[in-house]
Amino acid sequence: MSSLQFDIAHLLAGSLVLASFMMLYQDRLYALLNVYALHAGVLALSVAWQAYVQQAPHLYVTALIALVFKAIIIPVALHRIIKRLGIHREIENVIGIGLTMMAGIGLVALSMVVMLRVTPGADALAREDLAFALSVVLLGLLIMVTRRNAVSQVVGFMSLENGLVLAATGAKGMPLVVEISVAFSVLIAFIVIGIFLFRIRERFDSVDMQALDRFRGERR
Amino acid sequence: MSIDVLGAILVIPAVSAALLAILPGYRQTAKLNVVAALATFLTSLSLFVVEPVSGQYLLVDDLNKVFIVLTTFVSFTTSVFSASYIQHEIEIGRLTPTFLRFYHAMYQTLMFAMNLALVANNIGLMWVAVEVATLTTVLMVGIYRTHEALEAAWKYFILGSVGIALALFGTILVYMAARPVVGEGLDGMVWTVLVKHAAQFDPALLNVAFVFLLLGYGTKVGLAPLHAWLPDAHAEGPTPISAVLSGLLLNVALYALLRFKMMLAVNPAAIAPGPLMVTMGLISVIFASLMLYRRRDIKRMFAYSSIEHMGIIVFAFGMGGPLANFAGLLHMTMHSLTKSAIFFAVGHIAQVKGTQKIADIGGLTVTNPVLGWGLMLGVIAIVGLPPLGIFMSEFLVVSSTFSHAPWLTVILVLGIIIALGGLLLRVGSVMFGEPKGPTAPAEASYVPMFTHLALVLMAGLYLPPGLVTGFQNVAKLLG
Repeated sequence: MSSLQFDIAHLLAGSLVLASFMMLYQDRLYALLNVYALHAGVLALSVAWQAYVQQAPHLYVTALIALVFKAIIIPVALHRIIKRLGIHREIENVIGIGLTMMAGIGLVALSMVVMLRVTPGADALAREDLAFALSVVLLGLLIMVTRRNAVSQVVGFMSLENGLVLAATGAKGMPLVVEISVAFSVLIAFIVIGIFLFRIRERFDSVDMQALDRFRGERR
Repeated sequence: MSIDVLGAILVIPAVSAALLAILPGYRQTAKLNVVAALATFLTSLSLFVVEPVSGQYLLVDDLNKVFIVLTTFVSFTTSVFSASYIQHEIEIGRLTPTFLRFYHAMYQTLMFAMNLALVANNIGLMWVAVEVATLTTVLMVGIYRTHEALEAAWKYFILGSVGIALALFGTILVYMAARPVVGEGLDGMVWTVLVKHAAQFDPALLNVAFVFLLLGYGTKVGLAPLHAWLPDAHAEGPTPISAVLSGLLLNVALYALLRFKMMLAVNPAAIAPGPLMVTMGLISVIFASLMLYRRRDIKRMFAYSSIEHMGIIVFAFGMGGPLANFAGLLHMTMHSLTKSAIFFAVGHIAQVKGTQKIADIGGLTVTNPVLGWGLMLGVIAIVGLPPLGIFMSEFLVVSSTFSHAPWLTVILVLGIIIALGGLLLRVGSVMFGEPKGPTAPAEASYVPMFTHLALVLMAGLYLPPGLVTGFQNVAKLLG
């Protein structure tokens, strides 16, 4: 593989990690959604580049799904949901941005150390991809735990799934079954979440998870 | 012919799910649900007669035969219980016919997903099946749409998805490890191929993969630091779902874990998965048994008891060896039967009393003797008192591991005893003392509950030799 191909793949995967970092410090829902759309767009580019490099045409399908479904349809739909719920002005901050960013840097360092150390045998592109993918997955988890709002938790989860797609496409020749299933699971997950959000709206007039947290079988 | 049997246990639930989604009228659909579950169970029994040939996608061996038959049997008995449970829910208006149609369709979809996870020979397919099973149960847990039910479903959904995502990452890593050896493409995900070549895989990559798989599928098993979704999901969903969750879905996740454990066992340079599993199992046992003391909700209490028992089972499989595996397998079977029987009883009790709070239920042996003594029998079984089956399997777990890990076994026994105290204390107040709450007789179907309990009792007294040899074969397979 030529070094240009490698560099571009590297650049795109690195941008995905960067987009994850950008999501960490967005305190408005619309801004978070916009960054998520960017995240998915970068993923689509990255997957398409992998398809070209690996000469695996079926990966273009995955790229297309990422572009159309994740970068366009989901953000637009979530925009509308946020508007309908009337929570677009909400600002949320669970722990300080500085602390979150530090934690994020720590997680990226961790995934580099773990993945690069255990994959000396694999080819360079797959190694780097896997390390970046794990970073994106861990950053997605971090977004989920630092947010209280149900919508932003969902966005965190979807960015985590993007990391998984990056890993799956980086693993050369992985059967299509899995890529489709990943895309499918996002679809299903989204439907489920949609149902949930509407129900939560119906019953609570808030999608703040702390409002939900009052109710436990035990605390009465 | 051979593939037909495997296909049938997938097609029957899938077709009936579609039918149940369309058909109106809850009495008929409840019956159809039972019939479909029975048909799946009978089909699965034929696996013992004709051994189907395993392909690239589906697989049958001694290990999953046990799981399949257990799953389809408990699904069948639960559907019988569900029919009478649902009737009451419709009468008091907690569920509407529309939701019921949805409920039945989801029930069969869950059966389909669990069966698919059990017969899958492709680790990607298995992952998809576990994910589908998770999503259907999320929907069913939230079906009452109360505050508590929604919170439970949301929590389950978020934690379950994170677990499932970690499991997928582990699956991808397994493929990465396999690729240099077995080549690109489908073969790299076929479990039978993977096991055959696992000795040549890169051990470091396999280790990392297993950690992700353990955390991922371990979340679904309900192991201790990852269990947070389990009590809520059990307490707030419809009781038949609690029975299926505890009795079956936890097993299915465990089955996925065992498959990967078998793969790691082939590679001598990889970490031994045993110690990790033993540690998580013991933490679960101790944690859950201590949590039993402060429970106020009866279904939550039995959910914690499920965490405890999954801990014991994972401990047994983690210790490994033919005897401990045998004990783990027996314990898993006994726990599935007993715990679902307990949930059958609890479901009807909660309906009669109109509450799940332990403080508001009392004197059951006087007001509803059959239900009360049924639950009592179930609890006696679940805490591991002789002569019932769980005593037998716990005894086997302890005796088979005592020789090479006495201290670990002491911790395990301590956990079991703490749990015994907690459960008997709480259940004592429910069973005896002054009757509280409504005393109307239950319109219950006692058959599923007592069938399970009879089987558990029988296993405690006498294990048929055929079953013993079958389990021994599986235990050998597990290594």
